[in-house]
This record gives sequence, structure tokens and C-alpha cells, in this order.
Amino acid sequence: MAEGKAPQRPLSPHLSIYRWPLPMAMSIAHRVTGVGLYAGTLLLAWWLIAAASGPNAYATIGGFMNSYIGRFILFGYTWAILHHMLGGIRHLIWDTGRGFEPAEREFLSIATIVGSVGLTITLWVVGYFVVGGAR
Amino acid sequence: MKGEGLRTPLGRIRGLGTAKAGTEHFWRQRVTAVANIPLTLAFVVIVVSLLGRNHAGAAQILGSPVVAIVMLLFILSVTNHMRIGMQVIIEDYVHGELMKMLLLMLNTFFTIAVGLASAYGLFKLSFGVFGA
Repeated sequence: MAEGKAPQRPLSPHLSIYRWPLPMAMSIAHRVTGVGLYAGTLLLAWWLIAAASGPNAYATIGGFMNSYIGRFILFGYTWAILHHMLGGIRHLIWDTGRGFEPAEREFLSIATIVGSVGLTITLWVVGYFVVGGAR
Repeated sequence: MKGEGLRTPLGRIRGLGTAKAGTEHFWRQRVTAVANIPLTLAFVVIVVSLLGRNHAGAAQILGSPVVAIVMLLFILSVTNHMRIGMQVIIEDYVHGELMKMLLLMLNTFFTIAVGLASAYGLFKLSFGVFGA
């Protein structure tokens, strides 16, 4: 037994040999959207301080958010906040000990991504066509 | 301590454990997560309802009591939640002790600063010169 030599056993397969299961992609997306939202709070603080500072500062952030880059950031922020919220609800369901069966995991993952994309598009349609325009 | 000599290592780390904070971290992440759900929905509704409004209109709505209080609760819950979340990410990926400590401090500074700055804006809108 104790010969000090590493036995020649086969290594167990590592993560990299598996295809990407959806729950894994959703787990990564949860963390990435969390980081995005973390940075996005700078926009929130900027917006509120601008509103508190006066019309000129408010027009500046309004101009930025109306630009293509601003809209792209806002669209990403919308998706990130909804995706992180739905992913969080999924985690809260798991915290109760439910939803761990393979079919349930797949369902929760699909519901997270379909829900977040669907809600984001719905919100932007509402924003553009129902609420949009100067008031 | 009573009975220390008979305690196993497992028994010793139970209770508050080696970090001396127990499950407080885990629990606070859940409490703020639950609070974030209605607060985020309210935040989204507030932002959508402010789309396209000029400064006077937006400032008046943001400074009105219900909206300002909901926004303050949202900021309080979110900045706490993201401070804990980023702490976990730093602890996962940064293994150099000095860099880890620096980033954990920066995380604390950032989340408090951004939260306080947002709250300041809301307080100024609520009590400041733009009020009705």
C-alpha cells in the first residue's frame, strides 16, 4: 500500500466535457446580471442627483439616456433587473427544498429566460408606444 | 468553556462558526432578495411612468411622499443586497489576501456611497426647493 507512488487511476471527467446545461447558463447569467446591476446603480444615483440638481443636469442625463448608447444600456439594464429578479425567485423556490427534479430544473430555467426576455420586450413596447413622447 | 474538552471540531464550528457571523450573511441575502421583488416592480413602474417627462414633472413625482419612500426602501434593500452579492463574488475569484481585503473595502465604500448619494437626491427632491 504505502509505496509513495501515485496510483495510475483514470481521472474523473471535468466540467469541460459536458455540454452547457441550461441551469448552468442561468446560474452564470444570474451572477453576470448581478454585476451589471451593481454598476447600473451609478446611473440610478446620477439620475436622482440630476433630478435634485435642476433642469440642466436633468436634461444632460436625459440626452444621454436618449442616445443610442443610452438606450442600449437602458435596454440591457431592463433585462438584467428582470432576469435577476426571476432568477432570484427561482433561488427562493429552491431554498424551500422544491424544484430540484430534472424536469423542474429545466422548467424553472426556461421560465427564467423566457420570462425575462418577454417582460423586457413588453415593457419597452409599453414604454415606446403607450407612455412614450414628451409630456 | 463548559465541556470544551469533549467537543469535536464539527461541534465547535457549529453555531456561529469560524467567521463568527453564522448564517446572518446568508439570511440577510434572502431577506433583501424577498424585499427586492415588490420594490423592484414598484421601481420599474415609477421609471416607466416618468419616461418623457420634463424636469419639473419628474422632480415633483420623485419628491412626492409615497414615491420617495418606496424609492428609499428600494435603494436601502438593493445596496445591502448587492454589497453581500459582490462580497461573495470577490471571495470566489480573488485569492490574494491583500487584494481581497482592498476589494472588500472598496465594495463597502461603493455600495454605501451610491446608496447615500441616491438617498440624498431623493431627500433633496422631497424637502428641497423643487417641492410644491
